[in-house]
Order: sequence, then C-alpha cells, then structure tokens
Amino acid sequence: MLKAIAQGMGTTLRILFRKKETIAYPYEKKPRSERFRGRHELRRYSNGLEMCIGCELCQVACPAAAITVMPAENDPERPNSPGERYAWKYEVDMLRCIFCGLCEEACPTQALHLTQENELADFTRDSFIYARDRLVNQHTSDFTVPVNVYPEYNGWVPMHDGADGRETGRGPQALREADKA
Amino acid sequence: MSRIVQSGQYQLNVDDLKIAGSGDRMTLSIGPHHPSTHGVLRVILEIEGERIIKATPEVGFLHTGIEKNAEHLTWTQAITVLDRMDYLAPLSNNLGYVLAVEKLLGIEPPPRGRTIRILLTELQRIASHAIWLGTTALDIGSQSVLMYAFHIRELILDLFEEASGARMNPSYFRVGGLAEDVPEGFEEKVRAFLDEMPKRLKEIRTILDKNPIWLDRLKGVGVIDADRALALGVTGPNLRASGVPYDVRKAYPYAGYDEYEFDVPVGENGDSYDRYLVRVLEMMESHRICRQALERLEPGPVNVDDRKIVLPPKEELRHSMEALIHHFKLVSYGFDVPAGEVYQALESPRGEIGFYVVSNGKNKPWRVRVRGPAFYHVFALPAMMEGALLADMVAVIASADPVFGEVDR
Repeated sequence: MLKAIAQGMGTTLRILFRKKETIAYPYEKKPRSERFRGRHELRRYSNGLEMCIGCELCQVACPAAAITVMPAENDPERPNSPGERYAWKYEVDMLRCIFCGLCEEACPTQALHLTQENELADFTRDSFIYARDRLVNQHTSDFTVPVNVYPEYNGWVPMHDGADGRETGRGPQALREADKA
Repeated sequence: MSRIVQSGQYQLNVDDLKIAGSGDRMTLSIGPHHPSTHGVLRVILEIEGERIIKATPEVGFLHTGIEKNAEHLTWTQAITVLDRMDYLAPLSNNLGYVLAVEKLLGIEPPPRGRTIRILLTELQRIASHAIWLGTTALDIGSQSVLMYAFHIRELILDLFEEASGARMNPSYFRVGGLAEDVPEGFEEKVRAFLDEMPKRLKEIRTILDKNPIWLDRLKGVGVIDADRALALGVTGPNLRASGVPYDVRKAYPYAGYDEYEFDVPVGENGDSYDRYLVRVLEMMESHRICRQALERLEPGPVNVDDRKIVLPPKEELRHSMEALIHHFKLVSYGFDVPAGEVYQALESPRGEIGFYVVSNGKNKPWRVRVRGPAFYHVFALPAMMEGALLADMVAVIASADPVFGEVDR
C-alpha cells in the first residue's frame, strides 16, 4: 500500500521538475492556428477596393442570425467594390455569433474572413455590435480583382475609407500615393 | 398568504415539524449548483444518517431546445447547433447527424473523408475520456491528475483547432464529407500526439491504479448489475463495466468501423472502479484505431462529387458561372433531402447516441430526435446510489459521466 502511494508521489515529483505546460496567459499567448475562427473582418483587394459585394449570403448562412447586410449600389465614379453593389451597412452581433464559420464558407468572394483575434470582451452590450468601422480591414490583401469578371475600375477609389469607416473621399490607394509623395 | 403572529399568541408545536419516517430520515437536496454534479443536476436524496435510501435526479436546468432549433435551420446549419449538445464530444454529435442525413440521401463520402472522420472522432473519444478522468479524480481528491489529464485533452484540442479552426465546437463534418481537408502537416502532428499520449496516460495510471484512496473510494461503489443496467437503458462504458460487451462500433458498424481492428474492454463488477478501467483501456483502443486510420490516410478528395450537396471550391467561383449558381443555391436554400426517416446510432464516448431524423423532402429537417446516452445514465443513478454512503454520491455521479448539455438538450 505504501509502495503504491510512493510510486504515485514519485510520478508527481518527476512531473514537477518537467517543463511546465501552463502559460502565464495575459502576458504570454498561445499562437492560434491559421484556420482559427475568431473576430470577423472584411478584406480588401490589392488595389484597395472592398472584396464584399453585398450579396447577403453570409446573412442567409448564419444559423444564429447574427449578421445584417444592407447593400447599396456603387457609385460608378467612386465605387467601394468591384461590382454593382457593396455592403452599405454590415453588422455582426458578436453576442449572437457562435463562431461556426458558415459565413466564411458562404462568402463567394472570400471577403469575409475570421481572424485569429479572440479576446473580444467589452463593457457594454452596444459595443458588441460590430459595424463597418471595425469590420472592414483598412489594409489591402494579396487578393487581386478577378479578370473578366468585373468591369474595369481603373483609378477609382472607395468611398468608405477613413480610419473610422466614414467617408473621407480619399481611398487607401490615394492615401498610399500620398504617403509616397 | 402571509400573516403576522402577535407575540402573545405565539404557539409552536415542534413535533409537528418533524419529518415523517423511521429514525432520523431526512431529505437533502444536492445541486443544481453543486461542484460535484458536473453541470446542473439536482439530486433529491433521502438519507438516514449517512446512508442514501432513495435518490431522485431532476434534470432540465440546461434545456436549450436544440432539437427544436434544428427544425428551422437548413440541413447544413443544423450541424452547428447539434454539436453543442454533448460539448465534450461534439464531433460524435456531428458524425451521428451527418451519417443519418447521408443515409437519407444515399451517399457516402470518399475513403479519405471517411478515414479523417474516424480519426477525429477517436481523438475526440480520447479527449472526452481524458476530461472524465481528470474531473473524476478531482472529485475523489486528486488534483494533480486533473492537470495531467487536461493536458492530454489540450493537445487534442490543438489538433482540432488546426483542422477546423475551433477547439470546443468544431462543426467540422458536413453532409457528404468535411468542411475542408485537413491542413498540411496535420498527420505529423497527430503522429507526435499519438507517440506522446500513452506515456502521459501511463503516468496517470501509475498514480491512480493502486492508490489505496482511489481504490477505497471506487471499488464496490455504485454497483449496477448487467440486467438492471440493460433494463435502464445504460449503454457505453457504463454498460460494459457491468460485463455486457455491447459496443455500437462492433454491433452495428457505421462510418467504416468494421474495417478497423480494435478490442472492446469489458468489466465484470459494474462498480465505479470498473468504469474507470474500461474508460482508460478504451483510450488505448482509440489510440490503436487512430494509428490504423493514419496508415490508411491517402491523398484524395474528402467530399462526395455532387455539386447539389457539397459546396464547390472557392477558386472555381471566380471563373465558373455554374459553380457560382450552385454555391448560391446551396448556401441560401440548401439541398432537399428525400422524405423518410432514419435512425443512426453511434458509439459516442458516453454510449449509444442515436439520431432519429425525419425529412419531409424539404431543405430543413422535419424532426431531429436525439437519444442522448447520458440522459439514461442520469436515471440509472438512483440504482447505482441505493444504499451507498452520502460521500459516495460524488464518486457515483462522476463515474457515470453525465454531460448535461446532452441530457437536457
């Protein structure tokens, strides 16, 4: 009987001196996988146009009814996305979202992307309604506008482009050019 | 109706308040928020001294209407709510449901898809048994084992995150295959885990197997004999601990389990200690199945080649109008499933989980009825607890392994 206890204690003692498996969480974070389903983002093409074309498939696919999309016609002079429509209003209710990833699967243009960001706690309920200002990624991605699918939009810049998602009249492309100059 | 008793009229006959019955019998309500009840179970105990005379479990505190919810979601969307039932083995829930729908549709995914399904479901079994081992050991009083067992589970959850993007509720299986193929390098990671896991489990067994406290608390506690267990609908490790070698994977093979070689551990006494042994041995059997599945894993498609059921690849949407039409139709409407009803049973870590799916030929399930194994185990608890000591209640509940997301659904 004592032998069994000694064996068990010996095991715990051995593990005690092993490298610890736990991490000091807020200071040290575990890298999340490539496919991690965290906060949503709406990506941009390499030329700065939004990839979302406001087709509302994510809204339909969502089993928790967390997404609201209201599309609007693009202004042909200064379009937001390559296509007829763009997401004029795009809201994700993070309190309803179950992070199942069906919206990402449903997106035909790969605009909607679930990021690795997973620390979404906040203080008020209102702050969990993520609108365009927090969803649209202000940086461009490696995706290019597909050829022969959308009409050419050379030289046009998106309307919603300010850091807070409000109109500034200056698209990321214009901003980048301004940075260069 | 409240009334005020004036101080001069205060009369109380203490004898009227005494509980009827022999000796000092009393009723004790445990839970629903008791740390040993693994969720929200209420047990109303009638005890005489330390002896339990009668136990009445009360369930329903975690009822979330999952079955009803599934009825107004499409066949694909229902997967996401159904894997939130048994939150310690969501992939078993996924597998049961998609197998049932596939049975109605008359399709079967290609070999790679089937193998990955079995691989992940068996990993899930190891994870679920690991968490059972940890929490049971904690209830008995061994805190180190909780941490060691959770580490095994953590390694598996990392694998799930790698494959599906989520740790707890992967929603990874789809009707006709998988959400997507496993990423590159996944097999090596599974291999590394399979090399590591037996060592970890052996350490835990060194601590527990012969430990006198562990033996005293579990041996001969919560005994249920085979006849009683069968009559109460007990399945899975709890039934096998009583000596009935019933395993759905062997009795009614599904998803290709008949091609795999594995043994079914069976206990003989039907007590908590046998339930422990059966589960620990089962973890090693799952380990064996995982090894075989890895050997069988060959490159190839994971989904059925049917654009009316499976979403087309994203790259194709950029240049094919047909693919785009299929994509829009599948996401917005889903697919119709021929009218009919099927029952698909499978061996979840807890026991026989059954999906009785009825279709009326539309894009949404008409009814999804789930036979949750833990529900029957909770109502076998009175039989296990009869005559036991009050302190053993904790060990009995823990060894029966109920998960209340599934019991209450």
